[in-house]
Amino acid sequence: MSAFFLKRIFQALIAVIGVMTLIFFLQRLTGDPVLLLVPQNATRADIEAMRVTLGFDRPLAVQYFDYMAGLLTFDLGRSYIQNIPVWTLIASRLPYTLMLAGGALVVAFGIGIPLGVLMAVRRGKPESKVMMGFVLAGQSMPTFWSAILMIMVFAVWLGWLPPSGARSASSLIMPSIALGLLSMATFARVARTAVLDELEKDYVRTGHAKGLPMNRIVTRHLLRNAAIPVVTVAALEIANLLAGAVIVETVFAWPGLGQLTVQAINARDFMVVQAVVLLGAVTAISLNLIADLLYSLIDPRIRMEANP
Amino acid sequence: MSAAASPPRPNPVRHSSIPWAVVPFGLILLALVLMAVFAPLIAPVDPSTQNLLARLKAPGTEARGVVYHLGSDELGRDVLSRVIYGARISLLVAFASVILSGIFGSILGMVAAFQRGWVETIIMRLVDIVLSVPAILLAIITVAVLGPSLYNVVIVLALTRWPRYARVAYGQTLSVANMPYVRLAKFMGAGWFRLLWRHVLPNIAGALIVVATLEFGLMVLFEAGLSFLGLGVQPPTASWGAMLSTGRNYVGNAWWIATFPGLALFLLVLSINLIGDHVRDRLDPRSR
Repeated sequence: MSAFFLKRIFQALIAVIGVMTLIFFLQRLTGDPVLLLVPQNATRADIEAMRVTLGFDRPLAVQYFDYMAGLLTFDLGRSYIQNIPVWTLIASRLPYTLMLAGGALVVAFGIGIPLGVLMAVRRGKPESKVMMGFVLAGQSMPTFWSAILMIMVFAVWLGWLPPSGARSASSLIMPSIALGLLSMATFARVARTAVLDELEKDYVRTGHAKGLPMNRIVTRHLLRNAAIPVVTVAALEIANLLAGAVIVETVFAWPGLGQLTVQAINARDFMVVQAVVLLGAVTAISLNLIADLLYSLIDPRIRMEANP
Repeated sequence: MSAAASPPRPNPVRHSSIPWAVVPFGLILLALVLMAVFAPLIAPVDPSTQNLLARLKAPGTEARGVVYHLGSDELGRDVLSRVIYGARISLLVAFASVILSGIFGSILGMVAAFQRGWVETIIMRLVDIVLSVPAILLAIITVAVLGPSLYNVVIVLALTRWPRYARVAYGQTLSVANMPYVRLAKFMGAGWFRLLWRHVLPNIAGALIVVATLEFGLMVLFEAGLSFLGLGVQPPTASWGAMLSTGRNYVGNAWWIATFPGLALFLLVLSINLIGDHVRDRLDPRSR
């Protein structure tokens, strides 16, 4: 048992180191990483001075180990544009993104799961087709379009909700829905497949044979079994929500990490962009790991099947 | 007494030969493709022609002999013409990046499964690593390094999406590589290129096509998303994502700027997804 855990944790560590390495080389893809870090109007002398200060004149291997050592001690560096530590910037924005992701998760879970279960239970009926259409529409709706449509209807025409910013609790409603819609579709699909799989099992037939009503079979027996794949997908969706926040935060001027990233790209503040991407990657890898470990705790067969 | 009370079958019977539910969306997709191909013939005016005297005109307004069927934008450009030309960018970027990442990923996946050993380890570890970063973040940082342009968007999408194909090609090749006919071909002295090209690829192509159709819709959304953030196709080229981004600033007084490109984008992605689902059901019987 612990062998599987250790192996899985080791794999996650390799992935984290791999992502760091990937970004290191990406940064050098243009040939001169200094150009990514200095303001656009920097003079030739500034650039040379910067190169020495930042140690870009040293051999690549030295730079690499220095970079890795920094990251492994949680040093994300400084923003050269704003001249403050990147951590400070991130810490000031992170709560907003977490709030947004939380709101989106509530929307996605609250609508997606019941929808998926209903679609499976009522398979083949017309109402199931209508729900499937809704899910497909949600999946195909670009977040920025649904966001803009909502602003038009609820902020401009009806005036019910603030169009942007983060001044009150009601500011959170539209961004959460916009971000949650896409994950809603994923949850609904996964829940549908999971419930359909369970519907074919023997215990459901036994339930029918005993004369249990369908509602009772579903709520008392089936949902617990169907929950496992849904939980795994939930972990992965949280990572997607964090990434999707980049667009939603831009539309709603929501002061989270996504907006920070876009501002940083426009200001050519590469250290900040790099930090957010690393943070996103590490979050995704950790959630993946947690999902796998939880999954193997719930269902021991997974541990047996994992290749040695 | 009707015989309709028979118990529901556990597995649905075969689909009818013509999928009527998918047909209208196939027609929408066809219409959008034709719109993209024949854009210069269909578009009423040049998509980049500005007319500062006809800024933010509502749909149907006529100004100086030009009728703005879908309104005009903040520089007095015709929204209809820009939507028509925008189809070109969406489809071109999605098509090019699916082809590039598909070829690149499939080759790497097949080679990893065929060579085994350290080649396999390196390729598949790289697949895990790239897949572990949320794709939009990876695309953003790559654009931040390379700089935004039409070509870079294609390169970025190809670089971030190839592992999806590699993983499928790898798994499928592993199962095909031990089939008797492949071993026989190997025994008869076929080189690895011939083995992969003549014997493995035809058998795994179906699974790869399923991935490609599902990826296509995603690529359209990614291009629009990057352009929306200002990281994709640069102005004045008409791109739906960039049009939505301008439209965002005029939601209060010119709803049409964002509504129509968004609608076009939605219809395109919806039809691709529906058709992709259908293709998957046909080619991959295990999935529902």
